[in-house]
Amino acid sequence: MAPRTRDAWLSRLVQVAFLAGVILLWYVATTRWGVNRLLLPNPVAVFGDLVEILRTGAYVDDLMTTLGELAAAFSIAVAGGLTTGYLISRSAYLTKVFEPLFAGIYAIPIILFLPLFVLFFGLGPASKIAIGATISFFPITLSTIAGFSGVDRLYVTAARSMGASDAHLFRFVLLPAALPVILTGLRMGFTVALLSIIGSETLASLGGLGHRIVTLAESMEMAPMFAYIVFVIAIASVLNAIVSTLEARGRWDR
Amino acid sequence: MVSQEVAIGVRGVSHQFGEMGEQRFVRALLDTSLAVSRGELLCLIGPSGCGKSTLLNVIGGLTQPSAGSVEVLGKPVRGPSPHDIAFVFQENALFPWNTVIENIELGMTFQGVPKSQRAGRAKEALAAVGLAEFAAHYPAQLSGGMRQRAALARALSLETPILLMDEPFGALDEQTRMILGEDLSVLLAKSGKTIVFVTHSLGEAVFLADRVAVFSARPGTIKEIIAVDEPHPRRPDFVTSEKFAVLRNRLYGLLHDEIRKAVLQAGAASAPVPSGPL
Repeated sequence: MAPRTRDAWLSRLVQVAFLAGVILLWYVATTRWGVNRLLLPNPVAVFGDLVEILRTGAYVDDLMTTLGELAAAFSIAVAGGLTTGYLISRSAYLTKVFEPLFAGIYAIPIILFLPLFVLFFGLGPASKIAIGATISFFPITLSTIAGFSGVDRLYVTAARSMGASDAHLFRFVLLPAALPVILTGLRMGFTVALLSIIGSETLASLGGLGHRIVTLAESMEMAPMFAYIVFVIAIASVLNAIVSTLEARGRWDR
Repeated sequence: MVSQEVAIGVRGVSHQFGEMGEQRFVRALLDTSLAVSRGELLCLIGPSGCGKSTLLNVIGGLTQPSAGSVEVLGKPVRGPSPHDIAFVFQENALFPWNTVIENIELGMTFQGVPKSQRAGRAKEALAAVGLAEFAAHYPAQLSGGMRQRAALARALSLETPILLMDEPFGALDEQTRMILGEDLSVLLAKSGKTIVFVTHSLGEAVFLADRVAVFSARPGTIKEIIAVDEPHPRRPDFVTSEKFAVLRNRLYGLLHDEIRKAVLQAGAASAPVPSGPL
């Protein structure tokens, strides 16, 4: 979705200028306004530490831990959510019962149950995988139910009139018709999985990017901590861009 | 072209939605019988909600009637018969996630046509409806009239002896309807297919049909059948002929009272009134 018009370019320019302004304010605050370096490090120092982290490869272990947890959690949520959502969508009764129930659960902050997950699965990656999978299961399931339930009856009737079998119907009608809604759910599921995994790493863990940031904060190493935060933001942006691109490519309705 | 052999036999078909006493209970069809000869084009015309579309779905095996039976080509109908019957629906029954050519090929996939034949037959069908250049377009990129041509091509590619068309031009403007009607007449005259065509338009019915079956208001049943007796393909100047006007006026007379009844039934003045010629 590259900006095409002059207006779009102008908006993009304002966005970049805004971010540049924030960094400039940050710089001025630490150099001229005397904000305590222990609370807010100089952006130049942060940049220096970021380069150092990238050069030495100190981030690799933590990144692999977090990405591994994310991959496992998201795979479980996708497999479970798509299957559950599809099976529920096949029955009007099950949809009526479970759709509001899951929507209700989705609305509560499941992260509150993190202590329970840690008791069950320990401080290691397993508890992050479990909570990430649980939290991202709901948007995926809900969008799968919505996607399959929302298929226009006319498409099904037309396919049946031409002799479509159940397998034909699923593969060539139900699945493509439901896909745009399901893809949106998958993107949302991915986002909440990433958020909850990094978030729970900061609360109770033995490794991962969230854990690293908290460890640095506790030892008051502000510049490297900010460097890691910038690194996580960059990783999250890249992942989000990849997922959004995949979503856009799979959609026929735009 | 029209033979004496019966292609579609409808015997005593009644259909109701819901159960007696329920809020949504509707008696859509009442003891309707009908015989359509092989190669004939029969139009069903009647007030909104009179059960025309229900009858079409019953013939096509998409709806099981509450009572009565249907025979198609000598066989009792118990479900969709994709090798005998193809449908053209009112609008937007093309799959929006497939291109025009993919839509047509998919229909043949469903029907069981071997892969090697699909592409050739799809191209032929598209050429027949004048859409050869739009094979790679998505339905959303086409006008309403072109979408209906594509839907017709999908039905033609299935090479069924029977075509059931449910207000295929219902959502189109008058000019597009007229052109499509003329082209359809030429196309179908060559095909020798048996066709049942549901329409709201008196002009469309007279222009296309060998016979026009007029439905009564709900519960619908056939009130009268009028023969048009004019060779296919119909010439465009048939519309301005004396004969056309007489037939159209007669249909108008038959329908007028039924439409009043249907409007009263609906409790609102929103039921459509027959439109102008074609």
